[in-house]
Amino acid sequence: MLRVEKLNAWYGASHVLQDVSLEVNRGEIVCLIGRNGAGKTTTIKSIMGLMERTSGSVTFEGHELLGRPAHERFAHGLAYVPEERRIVTGLTVRENLRLGLVSSPNRKKEAELIDRTAEIFPRLAERLDQTAITMSGGEQQMLAIARALISDPKLVMLDEPSEGIMPVLVDEMFELFQNLKAGGTTILLVEQNVELALGVADRAYVLDQGSVVHHATGAALLADAEIQERYCSV
Amino acid sequence: MAGLSLELIGLQLFAGLALGSVYVLLAIGLSLIFGMLTVVNFAHGAFFMLGAYVGLWLLSIGVNFWICLVAVPLIVGGFGLAVERTLIRPLYGRGIDYPLLLTFGLSYIIVELVRIVFGKSGYPVATPDALQGAVDIGVGYFPLYRLFVMGVTALILVGLWLFLERTRYGLIIRAGARDAQIVRVLGVNISRVWLMVFGLGCGIAGLGGLLAAPLQGVIPEMGGPILAEAFVVTVVGGMGSLMGAVLAGLLVGVVVSMTSLFAPEMAKVAIFALMAVVLLIRPQGFFGRAGLMS
Ligand SMILES: Nc1ncnc2c1ncn2[C@@H]1O[C@H](COP(=O)(O)OP(=O)(O)OP(=O)(O)O)[C@@H](O)[C@H]1O
Ligand SMILES: [Mg+2]
Repeated sequence: MLRVEKLNAWYGASHVLQDVSLEVNRGEIVCLIGRNGAGKTTTIKSIMGLMERTSGSVTFEGHELLGRPAHERFAHGLAYVPEERRIVTGLTVRENLRLGLVSSPNRKKEAELIDRTAEIFPRLAERLDQTAITMSGGEQQMLAIARALISDPKLVMLDEPSEGIMPVLVDEMFELFQNLKAGGTTILLVEQNVELALGVADRAYVLDQGSVVHHATGAALLADAEIQERYCSV
Repeated sequence: MAGLSLELIGLQLFAGLALGSVYVLLAIGLSLIFGMLTVVNFAHGAFFMLGAYVGLWLLSIGVNFWICLVAVPLIVGGFGLAVERTLIRPLYGRGIDYPLLLTFGLSYIIVELVRIVFGKSGYPVATPDALQGAVDIGVGYFPLYRLFVMGVTALILVGLWLFLERTRYGLIIRAGARDAQIVRVLGVNISRVWLMVFGLGCGIAGLGGLLAAPLQGVIPEMGGPILAEAFVVTVVGGMGSLMGAVLAGLLVGVVVSMTSLFAPEMAKVAIFALMAVVLLIRPQGFFGRAGLMS
């Protein structure tokens, strides 16, 4: 479904991704791990079209995406939840959700989709008309995820969604990921919470200094203490 | 102070609100453009002047004033679209100073072109027949045309508010002003939004110029002083804040009008004094976000 081949990316003159190749198949949860600064965020930003300079190839369902603007990649069915919870705090919860539909062909069913989202995220349901700034960090993260999901994307990419969130909500979030997978959504997940992430991942890629250094099934990596020690410990 | 009656003060207050309306029309465009694109549009006064001249030209070829009210903002807004697309767009991502210098230079070019086409001297513009005369507003007779200017401004504001609060595009603009990247990953072609916002701001400035023409006549340099005043308004109201632009616009209008009644020699200085005071007490202006420029 998503195929990344020899992806390189730069911030100005600094070459931060070197020939990253990875693949995500339909219906999988694929996890991207590695220590701070390994290039995880840069990899998904490159896939979403947010890096200014990239080379290589990123294809999604056969379409070459590299060089295409971010909004076109959304139209192909990609969704992205960035690392700092980037909800628009001045808007209400409902407006944030509507924002997830502004460019989607599904926007005609807006009311129905907001109801459906409220069912999946009961914490948001109670707060639909509150400004988003009044919510806790975890609730804001849930909102960011709900906003990315409301348009029914084919592939959702999440960057450290559990960061700084209380454990109850983290559990809820991982349950949600498994439900999404069961419903046919494909997930590319960046996580620091390696054990939890590998527990749900079908496959995982380990990044280090801008390159893929290891690739295995989630279960195999979970059992591989040495690799975890070498590339993931902080 | 002999001869200063309550009625006179009341009338002067209204005159201030009418003047403030013109400031508001400039300041909301400046504010929208800055809030969305982080472009400080130094050509905004030139677009205002263009509105007056396009109006003058349309009226001279027999187009009626009511049609001008629609045509002028469309023409000036269209010119704004062309400017954004060809001159400003290549400068995004290079910091605030490039578009600032570009629009500054552009304003000189526009003024010079108008001088070449229409001549250096100004023209008076007649108040439309239907809007001549004065009406009793309780404190005395007030020029009908100024009331009309206030009314049109109020309509524009209500329309803009409905557009921003009630429509999908308004939601995109409100969100995009705070976090453009998020709006992009949610599928919005942000370049197009920036283009439209720039055109919208310029169109409203053009309308302001048309409305101001019967009040002050037209000359090629008419955009200069009003741009300075509109900048004061946006700074006092808070850069990027529409509510701030409206309240500060009316306030500045009233301050100018009152000082010209009580101390005419101070009228031009008063608003800058007002700005200094506001900035000392509240550096981000009435509704501005602190640290917006950093
Ligand atoms: N805006 C930037 N400008 C320049 N260099 C950057 C920028 N953002 C990241 N980098 C560098 O690029 C490299 C990869 O960063 P990236 O954010 O992709 O890592 P990460 O794996 O997501 O790390 P973390 O776990 O800390 O989020 C790092 O060396 C980082 O210092
Ligand atoms: Mg990161």
